Amino acid sequence: MAQSADYALSPMQPPHWQGDGVTRIPYWTFQRDDVYALEQTHIFQGPSWHYLCLEADLPEPGDFYTTAVGDAPVVVTRDADGEIYAFENRCAHRGALICLDAKGKGRKDFACVYHAWTYDLKGKLTGVAFQKGIKGKGGMPPEFKIAEHGPRQLKIARLHGLVFGSFSPDAPDFKNWLGPEIEPRIGRVLAGRKPVVLGRYTQELPNNWKLYVENVKDSYHASILHLFFTTFELNRLSQKGAIVVDETGGHHISYSAIDRKTSSAGGEYAQQNLRSDSKYRLQDPSLLQGFNEFGDDITLQILSVFPTFILQQIQNCIAIRQVVPRAPGRTDLNWTILGFETDTPEQRLTRLKQANLVGPAGFISMEDGCVGGFVQRGVKAAPGERAVLQMGGSTAESSESRVTEASIRGFWKAWRAQTGI
Amino acid sequence: MSTINNDTFFAIARVQADYARCIDDDRLEEWPSFFLESCLYKITSAASHREGYEASVVFANSRGMLTDRITALREANIYERQAYRHILGMPSILGEEAQGVRTETPFMVARIMLDGTTDLFATGRYLDVWDIGSNTPKLAERLVVCDSSRFDTLLAIPL
Repeated sequence: MAQSADYALSPMQPPHWQGDGVTRIPYWTFQRDDVYALEQTHIFQGPSWHYLCLEADLPEPGDFYTTAVGDAPVVVTRDADGEIYAFENRCAHRGALICLDAKGKGRKDFACVYHAWTYDLKGKLTGVAFQKGIKGKGGMPPEFKIAEHGPRQLKIARLHGLVFGSFSPDAPDFKNWLGPEIEPRIGRVLAGRKPVVLGRYTQELPNNWKLYVENVKDSYHASILHLFFTTFELNRLSQKGAIVVDETGGHHISYSAIDRKTSSAGGEYAQQNLRSDSKYRLQDPSLLQGFNEFGDDITLQILSVFPTFILQQIQNCIAIRQVVPRAPGRTDLNWTILGFETDTPEQRLTRLKQANLVGPAGFISMEDGCVGGFVQRGVKAAPGERAVLQMGGSTAESSESRVTEASIRGFWKAWRAQTGI
Repeated sequence: MSTINNDTFFAIARVQADYARCIDDDRLEEWPSFFLESCLYKITSAASHREGYEASVVFANSRGMLTDRITALREANIYERQAYRHILGMPSILGEEAQGVRTETPFMVARIMLDGTTDLFATGRYLDVWDIGSNTPKLAERLVVCDSSRFDTLLAIPL
């Protein structure tokens, strides 16, 4: 394994990153094959944790689910012992995919279709077809040991029904990786209740994966690019909010909450409810007639875990977004729309309606799927030019203002630390 | 073959053609009028449909929500200029039930961007329930089931 990594790394010479800061981002980081390859080895195969699937995707022993960690295809299973395992979907023999199905149930083992090498649910090689040959002829030499071969297995971490994995034995303890601020905010959305998958689809982004992650972390663009709420005057309540950037810079939370101070008794709330000077009103306002799900005033919480996991609460629209790089200029965004077992029929209907806010046709996110492509196209002839990331200063700290690019700088801080660029 | 007569088939086929032409001609404001006031319109994938997933890429259960979608496209959302060309197959009449006549119609949609780039944008089928109570059949339900569960980054104009 070390050998193959060395081989992959040796021909690469990404350009020099000027300066030691994160206020200028060179556009070649979104374009170059060598940068992409280096990210695969250092981040996606490196000591990071990557979202794989939900525990709910594997409720019973024998269940499996196929996913991806960067370029690597991965099979996640629940074995007879009830534990979750994951391994690279790559036969130890000649490298073919071991599992061709997206998901399934009742598996005892996996047999590669090419030459029927067989694996148990932990991803351990258990059988080689015709290992002893036929009638004493052919077969593997006696020095071939089954136990010495197998696809790479991932370390697994579970949190509030989410399953994360890492290819690297050097991956830090998962809770330390998340730090003190992130875990409770994942828990706020998911802890203590059973998620139900309401929908799944893949959005094909015409841009580098980092341009999408930057957009997720960009609290500066929201009120400028997304005009759905303002056009229909749906921001009825005064909002307060903040961004939280963890110590590594890689994870973040951005949230908005109702500001009771300015929206209490007879204040703005009542007045704005009566306003009728806008031309546009929703004909069916039930889209946004949600329910108080969390017992707090937070209407929006966007949370990211480095490098590619996003947990979203937009009112009652709860979704997981998994970012999967496919090429320097191509990315898959896998959406999983969630409900919960305790949902009433009315609450469930609200979630279906609010799913209109997100995805490729999302009232407030259709622009997010496109701006990355606008940048990818815009910078095509300018690899040596650099993006400016100075809104809110030059550091990557938590902030009560959302007119800041601090969490994007945080992403680049973590990216530079992991890639060594 | 169902016992539903050819007049009904013909009426539905006519409305389908008008529906496609309405979208492709960018007369999106007229699009909600193909539906009943109380209706269901969803865009989903074949895999999600098979799986029974309730949530979809687009969901509307009233004509008002369809109107809101068009207003948002015209006034709020920001996206590159583009147009569709729908090619519909013949509706297959699946049967009649209390809600109306059930049909399935295959479609292909090409998308034409401002610079002329033309792509096969979506293929799939309409799973419809038609109210044939009045002269012109109206959609009580249209499930747009796309064959692929991979969607282009932007699905702005309805299918």
